[in-house]
Amino acid sequence: MIRSLIYSITFHSLLVILTIVSLPFMLREPIDLPPIVSVELIQITDKTSIPYAPKVRKIIEETKKKEERLVSEQAPPAAKAKEKPDRIPLPNEKKEEKQIVKKKQNPDEIKPEIRQSSQFEKKEIIDTNQIAALIDKAKEVEAVKQKKNDKVTQSSQKNSFATGLTLSQEDALRAQIFGCWSVPLGLPYDEDLLVRIKLKLKKDGTIMKSEILDHQRMNRPGQKFYKVLAESALRAVRLCQPLKVPPTGYDKWKELQLNFNPTEMLKG
Amino acid sequence: MKKFLYIFFINLFLFSKSFALIEIDITRGNLDPLPIAISPLHVDIKSENYDGIKIKVLGEDISKIIEDNFRSTGLFNPLKKEAFVQKPDIAHLKPRFEDWRLIKAQALVTGKLLVKDGKLKVEFRLWDLAAAKEMTALAFTTTPSNWRRVAHIISDKIYERLTGEEGYFDTRIIYVAESGAKNQRVKKLAIMDQDGANTKYLTLGNELVLTPRFNPTNQMVTYMSYFRNMPRVYLLDIETGTQEVVGNFPGMTFAPRFSPDGKKIVMSFAKDGNSDIYTMELDSRVVEKITEHSSIDTSPSFSPDGKFITFNSDRSGLQQIYVMRSDGSGVKRVTFGKGIYGTPVWSPRGDLIAFTKMHKGKFYIGVMRTDGTGERLLTENYYQEAPSWSPNGRVLVFYRETKSGTKGEGFSAKLWSIDITGYNERRLKTETDASDPSWSSLLSK
Repeated sequence: MIRSLIYSITFHSLLVILTIVSLPFMLREPIDLPPIVSVELIQITDKTSIPYAPKVRKIIEETKKKEERLVSEQAPPAAKAKEKPDRIPLPNEKKEEKQIVKKKQNPDEIKPEIRQSSQFEKKEIIDTNQIAALIDKAKEVEAVKQKKNDKVTQSSQKNSFATGLTLSQEDALRAQIFGCWSVPLGLPYDEDLLVRIKLKLKKDGTIMKSEILDHQRMNRPGQKFYKVLAESALRAVRLCQPLKVPPTGYDKWKELQLNFNPTEMLKG
Repeated sequence: MKKFLYIFFINLFLFSKSFALIEIDITRGNLDPLPIAISPLHVDIKSENYDGIKIKVLGEDISKIIEDNFRSTGLFNPLKKEAFVQKPDIAHLKPRFEDWRLIKAQALVTGKLLVKDGKLKVEFRLWDLAAAKEMTALAFTTTPSNWRRVAHIISDKIYERLTGEEGYFDTRIIYVAESGAKNQRVKKLAIMDQDGANTKYLTLGNELVLTPRFNPTNQMVTYMSYFRNMPRVYLLDIETGTQEVVGNFPGMTFAPRFSPDGKKIVMSFAKDGNSDIYTMELDSRVVEKITEHSSIDTSPSFSPDGKFITFNSDRSGLQQIYVMRSDGSGVKRVTFGKGIYGTPVWSPRGDLIAFTKMHKGKFYIGVMRTDGTGERLLTENYYQEAPSWSPNGRVLVFYRETKSGTKGEGFSAKLWSIDITGYNERRLKTETDASDPSWSSLLSK
């Protein structure tokens, strides 16, 4: 009797623990991610990740120049006259710094080397510029940036937990399919039309298998619109091959589910 | 026992794994019209000549009509034939899908035709190029002079397969053809194919005609004309050309429309400055008074199930749109917006009412739900009115007049169509000026 009771208790507690630990939806629910606006995000990542290095170089060069100027300014007695034209461009330089900071906010995917270099470069700016006002500014900017950075890492964590892809990886994929999907424009906008497609992918992003999750609905009478939508979604996926999948983590994305929902577009 | 637990553990993990499947919501796509390639139909070499029809180019002519139909919907983008890579006969057997995908087509139409023993046989296939498979294939046999209709029927079938909605190409439009100076207009009843071909004039133009409407079988037309200088509702049999005055009313009757079963006509009857809505059964000629109000009630239109009638009335002061049961009970005002509302028409799908609205000197064509909510104004202009639904409830045809000088110069009236989304506004080709269009139901039904 006692034995079975112990069995029962351990069993039940195990069950509870396992449910909490292993079922992601338990954790996912309270997170409540806002719908992610995508295209802009990717474009910026794409751009920033490529031309970042040259910009950093420029800024480093500029700061070096500043160094030189500062040194030379200390020496000549006619500094006052020169100071003015020198001080005017300073705000510009501040702006440039701000821009860099802004760009850092969005990509959660910046490679570690770049991040390092940017931090290094930032330190350099602060070190070299001994002007009080500028230091203050830099502090403010840094504070803002830190806050924002925190946000990004948080949400990307959530996101990667929920999906297994980072935000920008997901966005890249989504944007690619946006481009391939010719939405059937004749569909009624007030009907509940959602087509879910499950894909099995190869490592290069080509499709091994595509399956419409409730494909029985396609051939039911009165579901012509659903059929049309499902066919258009399949067409989109096929036309998009190979999908833009991340180079790593094949196990995470070898199976994908795409939910095609045209309601928003047809209404607009 | 242990085994059982192990299995349970494993199952649990598998279960959790299935929940972790990556899901991506695709809520946006490309709104460009679907690129479609319409290959000319292959003409069988065994084809014989048939009087007046150039058999050699018939395949191209039919594909041209299909192409024009598709372009007019705004939902499809027929690709240029110069870019086509395969000959029609080979493409019809088994297209090389890669080649067609190369020119960015997503769907392909192929076909062939044979004219023999005074009969035209046409078959066509619709291919999904991405999936590399046939979506639909059909064949028709008819008299060669019917080739335009065959092209329209093929268009309807393809349209239905690709949009999930019935087509509207094998249809006609009846309208009032206008000519002459603005103050001395000659108005004739005219009928044409939906694409503007085959125009025929049904009346001579001696009497003024207005508001023609088809019955559900497209055999009869009801309209308003003058009889002894009094506006009266007429009935016309298109095939035989016989006309008759509807009912024996001691006053003027106007704004007629058929009931969805074609057995009744609903119209306005005016006497002493008061007009009410009446129905008349065509077989028994029994007349029934539907509304009883001292205001002007007019422009009645049945719902497609025949249970309701929408009409406009000025009983609240300004002219507004009302809905009632078809026996006249349960009258309910549905429009409360600013301006004047008129010419309500119930959609053949049953979900919307189209109307004309006048506000601050501008005219609008709009649609709303049948309870008056969700009003959407589709187009604004100097003067336009009288919307009529395509049989699938997707497109509206109406007419638009231009502003004219004091002597009537620069005046014109033309037919226009617009999608219920408010996109794809285009002018319909007519031989003369035109007004008061009415769209037939599908002829091949």
